[in-house]
Amino acid sequence: MSREKIIRRVAKPAVFVLCLGPVFWFAWLAVSGGLGANPIEATNRYFGDWGLRFLLVALAVTPLREMLGLSVVARFRRMIGLYTFFYIFLHLTSYVALDQFFDLAAIWSDIVKRNFITVGMISFAMLVPLAVTSTKGWMKRLGGKVWQRLHRLVYAAGILGVVHFYMMVKADVREPLIYAAVLGALLAWRIFRRIKRKAAGRRNAHPANS
Amino acid sequence: MLIRIAKPSDIKSSEITPKSVFLNRRKFLKTAAVAGVGLAAGQLLPSEALAGRKLDGIVKGNFATAEEQTSFMSVTSYNNFYEFGTDKNDPVKNSEAFKAKPWTVEIAGKCEKPGTYAFEDVIKPHQLEERIYRLRCVEAWSMVVPWVGVPLGDVIKRFEPTSKAKFVAFETIVRPEEMPGQKRPILPWPYVEGLRMDEAMNPLSLLTVGLYGEELLNQNGAPIRLVLPWKYGFKSIKSIVKITFTEKEPPCTWNQQAAHEYGFYANVNPQVDHPRWSQAKERRIGEFFKRETLMFNGYADEVAALYSGLDLKKYY
Repeated sequence: MSREKIIRRVAKPAVFVLCLGPVFWFAWLAVSGGLGANPIEATNRYFGDWGLRFLLVALAVTPLREMLGLSVVARFRRMIGLYTFFYIFLHLTSYVALDQFFDLAAIWSDIVKRNFITVGMISFAMLVPLAVTSTKGWMKRLGGKVWQRLHRLVYAAGILGVVHFYMMVKADVREPLIYAAVLGALLAWRIFRRIKRKAAGRRNAHPANS
Repeated sequence: MLIRIAKPSDIKSSEITPKSVFLNRRKFLKTAAVAGVGLAAGQLLPSEALAGRKLDGIVKGNFATAEEQTSFMSVTSYNNFYEFGTDKNDPVKNSEAFKAKPWTVEIAGKCEKPGTYAFEDVIKPHQLEERIYRLRCVEAWSMVVPWVGVPLGDVIKRFEPTSKAKFVAFETIVRPEEMPGQKRPILPWPYVEGLRMDEAMNPLSLLTVGLYGEELLNQNGAPIRLVLPWKYGFKSIKSIVKITFTEKEPPCTWNQQAAHEYGFYANVNPQVDHPRWSQAKERRIGEFFKRETLMFNGYADEVAALYSGLDLKKYY
């Protein structure tokens, strides 16, 4: 098999199934009673955690590609990005359907009144256009430059997602701080790359292409 | 003959469910299934390993309400007790090394009989009562727990607080080697709590040593804790080693941690929201749908008079 075939027929399906792992694990927890005494709260947290983790993995794709020269990882970026959306969507669904049981008045007052929910909802809203425009067709329609600019929204969504987690916690902020540190590193890498490219661009007197 | 007059805070006896049924958490399963939720939560491990020692000579207390009780399994595995970790299942996992016996309680401050008392000397002179109380956590979940204890007011009287004793302060033990959560300053240890004297003397205030007819397990605050059913759970301080009668309002841990979120009073109040979430409703552990939170957690008849004239929005 050619390299291309291996990516398409083996690697992609394998990563696809791997990314569904948390769903299978959740099903097992639910069936075995592993969700504990408050399964609704546990469900909420579980999918929120996985949404954030996938978001960080998606943001790690480009740094990995460039630092390790692993160009192949870029082939999985869209899939991981869509899985991020999938898990955050499940997180939101769990909140709306299980926690609030479609009590729209209560949900609305939560969004308006509670800062951590406001922040979480804004973060989710930012991810919606990214999921919608993730197809090749939308990429063409928007053009590379606009598409890329639009998809930088993911940085803001990531920051708000971590802030949402941090604000929710009562006293023990170690876990959200770990997420914040990883996100910070991934964003810092991008900032440094930008500065370096600008400097290189000036030296060459040719504007950099990205 | 003892005639018992039903209080509004009592729950109809028709709502009582045998222990075998609620242990199965069947109700949650059924409602979840009806709601079309695929949460087929199975049974947890049997609870034999968790069982504590039986307490003898318990009588049914006055406030034995008859609402469906939360399963022993949930009561002993879903706990907020940061001394053993911040996850709900940390206390049951991390409290094995904790030695609740022997135990002493120091009595100090404005009283005639200060000193260090053995646990038995604090409790023995009183009649153990079972009281089935609602427990409302500030995080908007709730339980119904059959506690075993003695009226706090009766115990306090024996130490003869003076007229200067306006408040009672309580303190949890500090033993980082047995309480792994205390190895890090997540909260300023020791955990401290306090009550106004009249709140402490209220007949609802229970100095608690057991639940479900057994001695308290470590994760539930062994060997001695408070239970104040009209206040959010964090006021019901666990593993008490010191009781001090004071003239001034004593500090309270969560109030120190975030004063705008947790007040000194912390009375259950559906009209005053926590800044980060609504307090209007609560999820009873084991149930799918939320229920309305009741003023003073349904104990208004017993405690509302304590707060007449107090702005509960300001003194939350």
